[in-house]
Amino acid sequence: MSQNPKHVLDHFNLFREPEYVEMFENKKKNFENPHPQEKVSEIIEWTKTQEYRDLNFRREALTVNPAKACQPLGAVFAALGFEETLPFVHGSQGCVAYYRSHLSRHFKEPTSCVSSSMTEDAAVFGGLNNMIDGLANAYAMYKPKMIAVSTTCMAEVIGDDLNAFIKNAKEKGSVPQEFDVPFAHTPAFVGSHITGYDNALKGIMEHFWAGRERSANETVNVVMGFDGYSVGNIRELKRIFKELGIDAIVLSDVSDVFDTPTDGTFRMYMGGTRLSDIKKALDSKATVSLQEYNTQKSLEYAAHLGQKTLTFNYPVGVRATDRFLSELSRLTGKAVPESLKLERGRLVDAVADSTSHIHGKKFALYGDPDQMMGLSEFLMELGAEPVHVLSTNGGKDWEEKMNALFASSPFGAGCHAWPGKDLWHMRSLLFTEPVDFLIGNTYGKYLERDTGTPLIRIGFPIFDRHHHHRYPTVGYQGAMNVLVKILDKIFDEMDKNTNAVAKTDYSYDIIR
Amino acid sequence: MSSNIEEAKKIIAEVLEVYPEKARKKREKHLGVFEDGKADCGVKSNIKTIPGVMTIRGCAYAGSKGVVWGPIKDMIHISHGPVGCGQYSWAARRNYYIGTTGVDSFGTMQFTSDFQEKDIVFGGDKKLEKIMDEIEELFPLNKGITVQSECPIGLIGDDIEAVSKKKSKEFGGKTIVPVRCEGFRGVSQSLGHHIANDTIRDWVFDKQTEKKTDGTPYDVAIIGDYNIGGDAWSSRILLEEMGLRVVAQWSGDGTIEELANTPSVKLNILHCYRSMNYISRHMEEKYGIPWVEYNFFGPSKIAESLRKIAGFFDETIKENAEKVIAKYEALTRATLEKFRPRLLGKTVMLFVGGLRPRHVIGAYEDLGMNVIGTGYEFGHNDDYQRTTHYVKDGTIIYDDVTGYEFEKFVEALKPDLVASGIKEKYVFQKMGYPFRQMHSWDYSGPYHGYDGFAIFARDMDMAINNPVWQMAKSPF
Repeated sequence: MSQNPKHVLDHFNLFREPEYVEMFENKKKNFENPHPQEKVSEIIEWTKTQEYRDLNFRREALTVNPAKACQPLGAVFAALGFEETLPFVHGSQGCVAYYRSHLSRHFKEPTSCVSSSMTEDAAVFGGLNNMIDGLANAYAMYKPKMIAVSTTCMAEVIGDDLNAFIKNAKEKGSVPQEFDVPFAHTPAFVGSHITGYDNALKGIMEHFWAGRERSANETVNVVMGFDGYSVGNIRELKRIFKELGIDAIVLSDVSDVFDTPTDGTFRMYMGGTRLSDIKKALDSKATVSLQEYNTQKSLEYAAHLGQKTLTFNYPVGVRATDRFLSELSRLTGKAVPESLKLERGRLVDAVADSTSHIHGKKFALYGDPDQMMGLSEFLMELGAEPVHVLSTNGGKDWEEKMNALFASSPFGAGCHAWPGKDLWHMRSLLFTEPVDFLIGNTYGKYLERDTGTPLIRIGFPIFDRHHHHRYPTVGYQGAMNVLVKILDKIFDEMDKNTNAVAKTDYSYDIIR
Repeated sequence: MSSNIEEAKKIIAEVLEVYPEKARKKREKHLGVFEDGKADCGVKSNIKTIPGVMTIRGCAYAGSKGVVWGPIKDMIHISHGPVGCGQYSWAARRNYYIGTTGVDSFGTMQFTSDFQEKDIVFGGDKKLEKIMDEIEELFPLNKGITVQSECPIGLIGDDIEAVSKKKSKEFGGKTIVPVRCEGFRGVSQSLGHHIANDTIRDWVFDKQTEKKTDGTPYDVAIIGDYNIGGDAWSSRILLEEMGLRVVAQWSGDGTIEELANTPSVKLNILHCYRSMNYISRHMEEKYGIPWVEYNFFGPSKIAESLRKIAGFFDETIKENAEKVIAKYEALTRATLEKFRPRLLGKTVMLFVGGLRPRHVIGAYEDLGMNVIGTGYEFGHNDDYQRTTHYVKDGTIIYDDVTGYEFEKFVEALKPDLVASGIKEKYVFQKMGYPFRQMHSWDYSGPYHGYDGFAIFARDMDMAINNPVWQMAKSPF
């Protein structure tokens, strides 16, 4: 018996105690009917080969460890960014439990969202009654200023018509006629979470903008898109726009929603784009998106109403931020202020200080399409090579853009974009064409364990590290944070690989 | 009627005021106060959730893939349908296992058919066949496959049973299990448990041609322990120490071999009654295997349970049970000496699933704490009946509690600790309440067994007596 209340052994250490180790061995030997160890070792080795990679890449039907989620998650995320807005998901209730858990595990914050809790009878007769009762209950209990409706695959398969259902519910008095209930159909079997974000945002824009006369002003609308760093990034964007002297309206501002204080009060609603502002945003001169692939329909809609649109691909790094600021400057006629030039200089200074440690390093990275473009460009600026860039929810068009990006730099030579692939594909890539570092979300830790490629956690979700969502990853400041994350891992690895006493300790340098 | 019962009833009445009338009439049946001597908790349960209320419940898929089948480590569980369900439940439940993931074990992987629009329109059976072929090719050491249906499967008329039979035959009789656990079925996770249990009966037990006979008189199976944070391991060790031979773990760190061998055991010992009573009853009827419920949370219940289990065996085992209890007495005493004074008289409000809304009460009481409110996400009437043996007079009971209700109950009763899930955690922490997740053990554990109790006690102390809560109120 090893447990000791004076120094309680957690699962980390408890199960390494001899009595448990012996128990595990006996369980395996006597009851599990395991494959012979030689067979297991043989297959382990086989999965590292080019032959396995070829078979793996021949997959047509099976997806293993994808780096994408479904539309409704993005829709809920977008809806949460509006003032006192309760996302309402029409369909099975388990989905909502999943979105809430998923977002809360990443942000370490509450996620408020309700479901219409459709069950078998609704599958047969449609979910109209669920909508009628659900809106009435949600409105009475949680007193939102707006309820933003989206769907799960169940409601989509049976073909529930949100427009008609919401009208019907309003006629039945579930919510007042004038109460804002924007909606979006967000089938989980089309696109990914970034598609859902786009659809939900467009639904909200249409709800407030359709049929109204536009009189253009100098304001600029900004959309961050689905982003695990929204808390840091949206605040950073607001600061940048302030520095530039541009009046901006953030569409879906989740920065306060996912960063509420612990002070004795639970704020179900905090911050978010004011409803008066989303109305006003119709008159804005332009809508700017930080993530092109994340906002295509929303921007098309804004353009169709006469707004200018600008799209970026998650501008992290020097040149991407330069372009971002230049285009904003061109759009608004506001000069880039001294303060931002100074920040730029500081970033370049930091890169210059550290570049020799990054230069020539090979990276694999995976994530949403825009984030992959932004990070790849920054890596090439640092003299690193983004060798494998994988995006499960990226398409042909993204692949072409990535190839053009690789072609723009000598550090892109031999780099490859992998649209529609998953992390089991990535595993084969890492074994057959190894790199120095991997950039990705928490699930990359399995790749790190299997292939020994050190993981730098940048992406969504990040479940096993805390608070990184509070720091920006876009703009000059964001680039600085990303640079530090990358450097910290590089230095940690250097130290880890040079700390064998009387063996490698000569390189265990105190100054790097 | 005692004043605390009156008080609790008043709180419930006030909370119910928020609802529109139709919803209030439904919700009031789920809220009650336990009164001594009553046969149940006075609440209705296992009923459809009212739309729009922010339920904490999940779905049948969560009950099957997430709870029952998912932990079987040497099989591949396909999340069949769109990508999300498998993504959100990917490795989130901390069902610990030992194995070479991706080669002979697959527990922390996400296999999905990632349905696209064309699969909805034309059906997914062909794709499913191909998926199974690809699994066989790329993961040759898998010991079987389950098909965990997501909502669309049942709506588009796919025949996953036919595909499974066909492929099983092709693969030389490999276990392939189609599970009809579409998320819209039933009212919660609970039906998913039942459906998953039934598929083990139909596609594992009934497919076996020969009955295993090489057992010993001391063979038992742990049923309904998902090895969260290693719970089944810190339980198994006690059973082995008392001389029992644990043939199978259902389903934490479990294998298909263990499931298949269970019909040869002498006794099924059942921890999570809610999720696995079905298969236990089946094995009793079909194979004549008795089952007994036990509770390995906290030293009082552990000792009681060890004696109860030993009661099914001979004198040697009974004596061994006493020896095990004696062996751990010093650990228990030291644990209580350290933590009980720090926790004495503290109050707890629970809201969890499965067995925990009642099973953990004894562990809290061992630490001198009082549970003043509890409820089940997806319990049935038999759970609430069993709960009467645990709760005290005046305990407030809330079935399928809504976000609003839970917040209001906590505000009214001001417990020293709230113990529930990830969706509730941050709500109550913002309010300044110490909180522990009681699904995932808040990434700690194990909590089962004597080794687990020391961790449990430390964790509750760490939550309640944490200096952070003194800082929540700003001095300004």
